[in-house]
Amino acid sequence: MNPVKKYLGLVWIMVAIAAFGLLVQAAVIHIKAGGSLDINKPMPWIIIITIFTPIVIGLALFGWYAFKEEYNSGK
Amino acid sequence: MSSEKGIWKVIGASSVGTLIEWYDFYIFGSLATIISTKFFPPGNATTAFLATLATFAAGFIVRPFGALVFGRLGDLIGRKYTFLLTLVIMGGSTFLIGCIPAYQTFHFAPYLILILRLLQGLALGGEYGGAATYVAEHAPANKRGYYTSWIQTTATLGLFVSLIVIIAVQKSLSTEAYNDWGWRLPFLLSIVLVLVSIVIRMKMNESPLFAKLKSEGKTSTNPLKESFGKKQNMKMVLLALFGATMGQGVVWYTGQFYAQTFLLKTCNLEPTQANTWIGIALLLATPFFVFFGWLSDRIGRKGIMLAGMLLAVICYRPIFTAMYTMSDVKTKLEESSNITTKKIINPDNSNDSLIVKTTAASFVDGSKLLQTDKYSQAVIQTGNNKPLETKKTVTLAASYQWKLIALIFTLVIFVTMVYGPIAAFLVELFPTKIRYTSMSLPYHIGNGVFGGLVPFIATLITVTPGSNYLSGLWYPIGVAAVCFVIGILYLSNKTDENVNDDVNEYIHPKN
Repeated sequence: MNPVKKYLGLVWIMVAIAAFGLLVQAAVIHIKAGGSLDINKPMPWIIIITIFTPIVIGLALFGWYAFKEEYNSGK
Repeated sequence: MSSEKGIWKVIGASSVGTLIEWYDFYIFGSLATIISTKFFPPGNATTAFLATLATFAAGFIVRPFGALVFGRLGDLIGRKYTFLLTLVIMGGSTFLIGCIPAYQTFHFAPYLILILRLLQGLALGGEYGGAATYVAEHAPANKRGYYTSWIQTTATLGLFVSLIVIIAVQKSLSTEAYNDWGWRLPFLLSIVLVLVSIVIRMKMNESPLFAKLKSEGKTSTNPLKESFGKKQNMKMVLLALFGATMGQGVVWYTGQFYAQTFLLKTCNLEPTQANTWIGIALLLATPFFVFFGWLSDRIGRKGIMLAGMLLAVICYRPIFTAMYTMSDVKTKLEESSNITTKKIINPDNSNDSLIVKTTAASFVDGSKLLQTDKYSQAVIQTGNNKPLETKKTVTLAASYQWKLIALIFTLVIFVTMVYGPIAAFLVELFPTKIRYTSMSLPYHIGNGVFGGLVPFIATLITVTPGSNYLSGLWYPIGVAAVCFVIGILYLSNKTDENVNDDVNEYIHPKN
């Protein structure tokens, strides 16, 4: 199981990058002047991207630790 | 550890306070519509901005920030005084919300409401970790899951109590009196509840494990640095977040809140009927928080929590489809219908006329539909028959009651599986001297951020071309699936018997 844990670490890093990219892309697409939904207003996106930035860094760090075999059993 | 009688005092004092904090947090949400009319009137860009900030910042930024601020304090000065402080801040803020004059007479009111709402979020961020840690540090090793699961019931019971208080106030006052001043009563009541809880908590002693560390001079001097600056602990914080609380947060939010929104907004169920059936399902399922907490002492925490996530991933779409099908009048055989049309000339002093078409239909299965379509006469004259606004209310026949309750109950059972054992799981993951700080942050990011984002992301997905009424579920399903994979691979199922154990126990079990 240890090799699976290790190489999935790279997947978690890629998931973190993709999640952040998708979030920023969604913000650019959906923010509209005069939109009535929360997803059309800039403020929720600013808050969400601000709070998600350290979270995606955390997921990438988790992936890095996994790749460095920090979570391997018997290490 | 504490005697059997002593532990129930500890659980009681901690749970009542946490329940009151949830009550305080929820009444703001439940009374959001009236708060918005009193403090954030429409058509004013500044108040609209402040309202959005109050909604999003309180859950997403301030809750995790509260976890850091009060977690640090709890690891420095102790659990007892820290979660007393969070209770005072929460109760004081809630009481003051009930005292602030409306925007019409006091234009600074929206700013004060925003500040008080942020203080509520801050206090909630600090409360849970303190209560869970305090109970766990009093509990014997073989009953830690069982005892901390009582804390886990408070989030559901807090919601329940808030709804009961609001309904009781509404029923005992006229609509005018309620809209004028009666809505303030649930906020003002908080001060009484909080004072009672403070008196109870003041009589409690400090956690024995923390008191021992303190007497030996072994408490942390910088809990934030030790929690997040040291790789050995930081990797456990990340594992707790991505392997447990992230999935737990979305399952919790979907089962307790998204299901309600889905029944009211997507299925258009009559609100009193839907809320009553949800209330019954919540009450029936609440004891399972304690059951799964108890079970986790016997078979481990990991298996139960991950089974809850997996079941949610597999069952969400069939369950929500079944709920939608039950309320979909297109699949029902119509027995009779009555259509009335009313014309309103020059509404809101415009030159147009409004045509209001009301359809009241009964179906063979006993269900009823009341649909109101509003058309603009000017638009109809251009050949466009699309209504400006449609409002549907479906009242289901009594024969659906237990079927729908069973579906909601199943959703809440998934919640109890992931949420019942989580406090004991988090407590056992971190050493005493930085436990409050280390466990609070992943819990509040998982619940406040990942869970709290469910409605926002669901809206985002449903406006995507090709989406349907179930598309919003892809967010909780996706997050729970990723969390399940991380949890099953990286977490150990070991139940840590000594809460002072090495932080690596969960990934490097000794046996």
